[in-house]
Amino acid sequence: MTVTTVKPDSAVQAADAVRWALSEGTPLDVAGSGSKRGLGRPIQTACTLDLSGLSGVVAYEAEELVLTARAGTPMAEILPMLAERRQQLAFEPQDLGALFGQPEGQGTLGGVISCGLAGPRRISAGSARDHTLGIEGVNGRGDLYKGGGKVVKNVTGYDVPKLMAGSFGTLTVLTELTVKVLPAPEDVRTLLLAGREDAGAVAVLTAALQSPYDVSGAAHLPAAVAARSHVRAVAAAGGAVTLVRVEGFGPSVTARVAALTEELGADAVLDRDESRAVWKEVRDVAYFGPSPASAGEGRGGGDDSRHVWKISVQPSEGPRVAESIRWALDAELYFDWGGGLIWAAVAPTADSATAIRGALGTAGHATLVRAPEDVRITAEVFHPLPEPVMALSRRVKESFDPCGILNPGRMYAGV
Amino acid sequence: MRMPAPDDGVIARRREIIAALRAIVPGEGVIADESELRAYECDGLTAYRQLPMVVVLPSTTEQVSWVLRTCKEMGVKVVPRGAGTSLSGGALPLADGVLLGMGKFNRILDIDFANRCVVTQPGVTNLGISNAVAHEAFYYAPDPSSQIACTIGGNIAENSGGVHCLKYGLTTNNVLGLEMVLMDGTILRLGGKHLDAGGYDLMGIVTGSEGLLGVVTEVTVRILKKPATARAVLIGFPTSEQGGDCVAAIIAAGIIPGGMEMMDRPAIHAAEDFVHAGYPLDVEALLIVELDGPAAEVDHLIDQVAEIARSKGCCYSRVSTSEEERLSFWAGRKAAFPAVGRISPDYYCMDGTIPRKALPLVLHRMQEMSDRYALRVANVFHAGDGNLHPLILYDANKPGELERAEAFGNDILRLCVEVGGVLTGEHGVGVEKRDLMTDQFDEVDLDQQQRIKCAFDPDGLLNPGKVFPKLHRCAELGRVHIHKGELRFPDIPRF
Ligand SMILES: Cc1cc2nc3c(=O)[nH]c(=O)nc-3n(C[C@H](O)[C@H](O)[C@@H](O)COP(=O)(O)OP(=O)(O)OC[C@H]3O[C@@H](n4cnc5c(N)ncnc54)[C@H](O)[C@@H]3O)c2cc1C
Ligand SMILES: Cc1cc2nc3c(=O)[nH]c(=O)nc-3n(C[C@H](O)[C@H](O)[C@H](O)COP(=O)(O)OP(=O)(O)OC[C@H]3O[C@@H](n4cnc5c(N)ncnc54)[C@H](O)[C@@H]3O)c2cc1C
Repeated sequence: MTVTTVKPDSAVQAADAVRWALSEGTPLDVAGSGSKRGLGRPIQTACTLDLSGLSGVVAYEAEELVLTARAGTPMAEILPMLAERRQQLAFEPQDLGALFGQPEGQGTLGGVISCGLAGPRRISAGSARDHTLGIEGVNGRGDLYKGGGKVVKNVTGYDVPKLMAGSFGTLTVLTELTVKVLPAPEDVRTLLLAGREDAGAVAVLTAALQSPYDVSGAAHLPAAVAARSHVRAVAAAGGAVTLVRVEGFGPSVTARVAALTEELGADAVLDRDESRAVWKEVRDVAYFGPSPASAGEGRGGGDDSRHVWKISVQPSEGPRVAESIRWALDAELYFDWGGGLIWAAVAPTADSATAIRGALGTAGHATLVRAPEDVRITAEVFHPLPEPVMALSRRVKESFDPCGILNPGRMYAGV
Repeated sequence: MRMPAPDDGVIARRREIIAALRAIVPGEGVIADESELRAYECDGLTAYRQLPMVVVLPSTTEQVSWVLRTCKEMGVKVVPRGAGTSLSGGALPLADGVLLGMGKFNRILDIDFANRCVVTQPGVTNLGISNAVAHEAFYYAPDPSSQIACTIGGNIAENSGGVHCLKYGLTTNNVLGLEMVLMDGTILRLGGKHLDAGGYDLMGIVTGSEGLLGVVTEVTVRILKKPATARAVLIGFPTSEQGGDCVAAIIAAGIIPGGMEMMDRPAIHAAEDFVHAGYPLDVEALLIVELDGPAAEVDHLIDQVAEIARSKGCCYSRVSTSEEERLSFWAGRKAAFPAVGRISPDYYCMDGTIPRKALPLVLHRMQEMSDRYALRVANVFHAGDGNLHPLILYDANKPGELERAEAFGNDILRLCVEVGGVLTGEHGVGVEKRDLMTDQFDEVDLDQQQRIKCAFDPDGLLNPGKVFPKLHRCAELGRVHIHKGELRFPDIPRF
């Protein structure tokens, strides 16, 4: 099949492109930087809508805490711009380059919001959706429309921007986004506790998160995972490592680290650089990436053929779910979000989805984040939804894209 | 403001409808007596009143489901209602509609400290949740001023906020799960005690949907540990520009206060006369900045804030040294609305958001409007997030004043949009700002929002006449008008 790529350089052109696709009955593969063919359910389209031409920050006013940018703006342009004003996207967007054996620092703002991903600070600062204030885009009817607003507090009309986060380009081709930005912490430290098993570790993380000390990261790395860290103190701990992050103004960080050490105990406190490095690994699932030597060698695993799952669960259930996954599968995993997020790398088997979702029951949901295309064709990449929710989701999809032009089937069959 | 014309056919079937509802909700759960219906004729926007055709007060999700399904089958409109504190007329009844009161859903179902969440029925008050977890020093962060009375269900519908919101988020940022019932009776569960519901963020679109998409029957919210300390600074400025500059400088310094509120001269005077909070009376703008967190952090930042205030030319500054003093700073701000009520027979509370930098311009233009409409205005302002609450003073007994106050209010909201802001920051659109929606959104934008409505409620029976200025039929909104070959070929780079 010949694949056409259409590369609009304005929102109006993007609308024209969708209308053209609509008139031809040609579904579109909606791409930001286009590097992520390995995402979600594989789709087959004869045309790619490449949005990298819609690039550039439109407005950034640090005092207003908002940034407006065209959807194809590279993250590599946005993040340094924020850093210069000592601000950040507080949801800590992930960079999964390491996981996929691809170069880091790829991706566009539109891609990040469409994927709706968030890092360890999810527990305190929220997810991508919580920071998405306004959008402009083209629905599957070819209409260029806007939703939300460009100020941090707005309840005018439906909160359409929330719905865009995590919709994987199936509802609207985003052309412009307004996101909330927040001050970047002045300092960061991490308490390290060594040698806990899962349940004990999650209990520590729970205690940390129940404290009044604004913990902004709470992760547990079982021994084999910790051993792979590039942060020496973590790898050298010689066993499982439990991590509690504290961020903020200098004197506040010092005081809170002292208080938490008193309450939880700590075998070490990681300094600023070590902290930043280890939380980046946790955030980017670097532990399950292909070995550095093979980085860049193909997608979907490099030399690491294990499937990677992202499992969201209520924190207190984390250890139980992890235990039953290990019992059923050859799996290696670690915990983020105080036990509420499990990243699992499992040896390829036909029924890992069944085993993982069986272990979960109704306690959460699981997404297949890395697997070769043939697996993702047959597996349910995104967690199957209860029938009434699925039916409603289909109607929501139709309300934006009645003819199924945008990324058809990327999330769910028929959606 | 006009509501959709009542359907006489439906009103003619009133008895039949009441009988059908009584078969679902027995006894006192169905109210049809006119004197008792009176209690439901308006919400917090008292300028508009309408007796509902009938009130039903279910107490289980199954009953809600049956009520909605039955109403759908009989073609009857439904207006959900929590505590009725909405200031935008969201719970205003319809003459040909059922008012669905959620007051009996008043139990907290599960307090889960380990997972830091509470599962509750929607009729529990906002403050009720915080009170239920206070013994472990937890609280529920979003704190609308109406928190003693308003329900969490109403908070979800309005995406309510309060002074804490800049730092801790609105309702939408603090909800983990929902159970809701669609107009056809379908019961859905979204999210739960885990993060990120999975699939489309339906919870995100339901939150703030003003009762137009479904009826919320259960809510799971995130709770937080109370900060160890809170301290406040009271800062006065000779001009509102300086006050605004100070707010911007605090944020630019990387400080996100737990609360940051501003009052203008009329509001300061009214509040001081009422509660004697000790506010300075010779300033044009008064800022309350509250910092919360560990003592070491609060002490560190409070000095910084005082320093920033000095550099921006403050003429008054007082740092709270005790909990009592901190509360006294807030007493005036919290009593600002009733305080203004004492100096005017009536007042109309507006609610719009602006980019903060536009504050001086907006205040200036508001003063011009005040002169033009010959009505006074007092301003309280969630300064951190740019959410204005102008209070327009009027006397409903003087002919024409209410209409003038409304026209003035509309002009203010249009101004908010003109400077890059939005029509409402926390009170919702309801019926109040419905006809102004076209100032913020064009027809294409509104059509897309109404198509979302169609996905949830294709017959448009749930709370019609609110939020959207024009009612569309879903069939007509659904048509796609593009046909092969009709389109002029676009001039787009291709490869
Ligand atoms: C299940 C899953 C699988 C993943 N697989 C990979 C992978 O194989 N490789 C990898 O590096 N990262 C992967 N990621 C991470 C994710 O793709 C990146 O984090 C994100 O930053 C990509 O940005 P991009 O601009 O390159 O987006 P793209 O890869 O171009 O697109 C990512 C998604 O966003 C949509 N999208 C992008 N721009 C827009 C827009 N303007 N409007 C509407 N929709 C838009 C696309 O349609 C697509 O669904 C995966 C994430 C998940 C959850
Ligand atoms: C003095 C005062 C101060 C206020 N201060 C603030 C403030 O600081 N911040 C703020 O945000 N608001 C404030 N408000 C407005 C109001 O309190 C909020 O909007 C509140 O969320 C409404 O809750 P309620 O239970 O009273 O809902 P109602 O007024 O009964 O209903 C409001 C809307 O919610 C819908 N609804 C109610 N329950 C449900 C349900 N279970 N399922 C689906 N839809 C439902 C209704 O249809 C209606 O559209 C204030 C009001 C007053 C009177």
